[in-house]
Amino acid sequence: MDEITAGLAKAVELILALDPAVVEITARSLAIAITSTTIAVGIAVPIGGLIHFHNFRGKRAVVNLIQTLYSLPTVTVGLVVFLLLSRSGPFGSLGLLFTPAGMVVGQTVLISPIMIGLTIAALSGVGPAVRDSALSLGASRFQAIQTIMGEAKAAMMAAVLLGFGRALSEVGVATMIGGNIRGHTRVLTTAIALETSRGEIELSMALGIILVSISLLVNLLVNRVQGNWWT
Amino acid sequence: MKEISHRTSAFALIAALLCTAAAAEDRAGEGERELLRISTTTSLYDTLLLDEMEDIFEEMYDVDVRTVSGGTGIAIERAVKGDADLILVHDAERERKFIEDGYGLSRTCFAYNYFIIVGPEDDPAGITGLNASDAMRAIMVHGMDNPGEVKFVSRGDDSGTHAREKLLWNKAGFNYSEISTSGASWYVEAGQPMGQTLLMTSEMEAYTLCDTSTFAAFRSDLDLVPLIESDEFLINVYAAIPVSPTVYPETNCEMAKNFINFLVSDEGQDLIAEYGTETIGKPLFNPARGNCDIIGCSGDEGVIPLSDDVCSRALA
Repeated sequence: MDEITAGLAKAVELILALDPAVVEITARSLAIAITSTTIAVGIAVPIGGLIHFHNFRGKRAVVNLIQTLYSLPTVTVGLVVFLLLSRSGPFGSLGLLFTPAGMVVGQTVLISPIMIGLTIAALSGVGPAVRDSALSLGASRFQAIQTIMGEAKAAMMAAVLLGFGRALSEVGVATMIGGNIRGHTRVLTTAIALETSRGEIELSMALGIILVSISLLVNLLVNRVQGNWWT
Repeated sequence: MKEISHRTSAFALIAALLCTAAAAEDRAGEGERELLRISTTTSLYDTLLLDEMEDIFEEMYDVDVRTVSGGTGIAIERAVKGDADLILVHDAERERKFIEDGYGLSRTCFAYNYFIIVGPEDDPAGITGLNASDAMRAIMVHGMDNPGEVKFVSRGDDSGTHAREKLLWNKAGFNYSEISTSGASWYVEAGQPMGQTLLMTSEMEAYTLCDTSTFAAFRSDLDLVPLIESDEFLINVYAAIPVSPTVYPETNCEMAKNFINFLVSDEGQDLIAEYGTETIGKPLFNPARGNCDIIGCSGDEGVIPLSDDVCSRALA
């Protein structure tokens, strides 16, 4: 139990001292998770929209498949992307293995299904009345879609935050594809795993606390941007 | 009607899952056998040698052996926290500190093998035929000249293997912490277990230090060959230490003692000597028996059973 309080104290100490190693790892974690989430938004919104706004045979099956992929184990994604990016794999010549860019690829694969699924859910949450009234007021099909997207904004933001949270906190892809190389691909989660295996429990706790604090900050920031600060 | 049947089947499914979980729990609680908790290093655990020894030992003493593995750092830390009765590790320096700090009773060497330096077959640093410390020096010199061609991947995780790597750098006349903090691109700190470090080394066509048993287990997935073997500085000794009952009274010191005495018995040593012959064609470990001088385990640390009253004496 002492480790938890000691870890908290250590976390405060590391943050206040702006420990260069911790700052570097934290910045890298954020940069990779934000990049993956941004790319995943670029994939999820059009695909989610396409699936939602069109009726086609097997739509239920596609949605079910996407929802099943929510539970993709991070290590499995890591392993598959590792095999693809490996020197002997099909994309080996790109030299992405053990680089931050490779980690972005893996995390994007990991979080895209959740974000596509939640995009569909967010759009479905907007009742048909909204579309009908938009169309009856003379909106074009495109304008109606815009209106629905606008209505779904809060739910979409939740999807983005969930994707970001999963990218920031996952360790399977970061380990398998990044390789936890010091000064190059080490991020908060892999550093936590390493310090735990070293028996450096306090430091490990501290890094965990820093990760959760960042997540809190990002959430507050997003809420603030959305205008419903503190409600 | 359809709605209801959906709901009923969902409930049935959940109920079935709960029952299965409860049944599994029941089985685990059955019999209340005595428990021996072993904390060990991955290189020993991953070869499955311990699994085989556990099965025999469990029969002998009607005990439930539970083994957890990790780097030497966490393996020792678990015992320090009172979550193990026995540790099986391979870093003499930290083992002795563990005993000096009052957490361990005594150190018994039971097996050894060799660390090896592995690398790409074309050996760009030309280390074949050198001794271990000259090989490390050659890797460093070529790595600094040509980091694109020659790299060394370090475990970088305070494991027993990492500890040995530091020792080798010092033997080669370099200061390990200078190398580690230099940020040079030929020196890659993986911070990962041996298996992952080997995969990374293979991908990067680099060199690394490895224990023979993990290398044998991963060999088919790797484009690496052993380049330096059987150097005296590469001897890798596994030792067993019972956790002292003075720190945590609930520690099962008696059973830890029994396990160590089984390890050093003729039966245990024979098992170690033969293990691996069937699966990979040659033994993965050498028994410590008869080799105590070579591996530096003299006196009390040699292959001798612990006395019957070792636990009660510690408490007295």
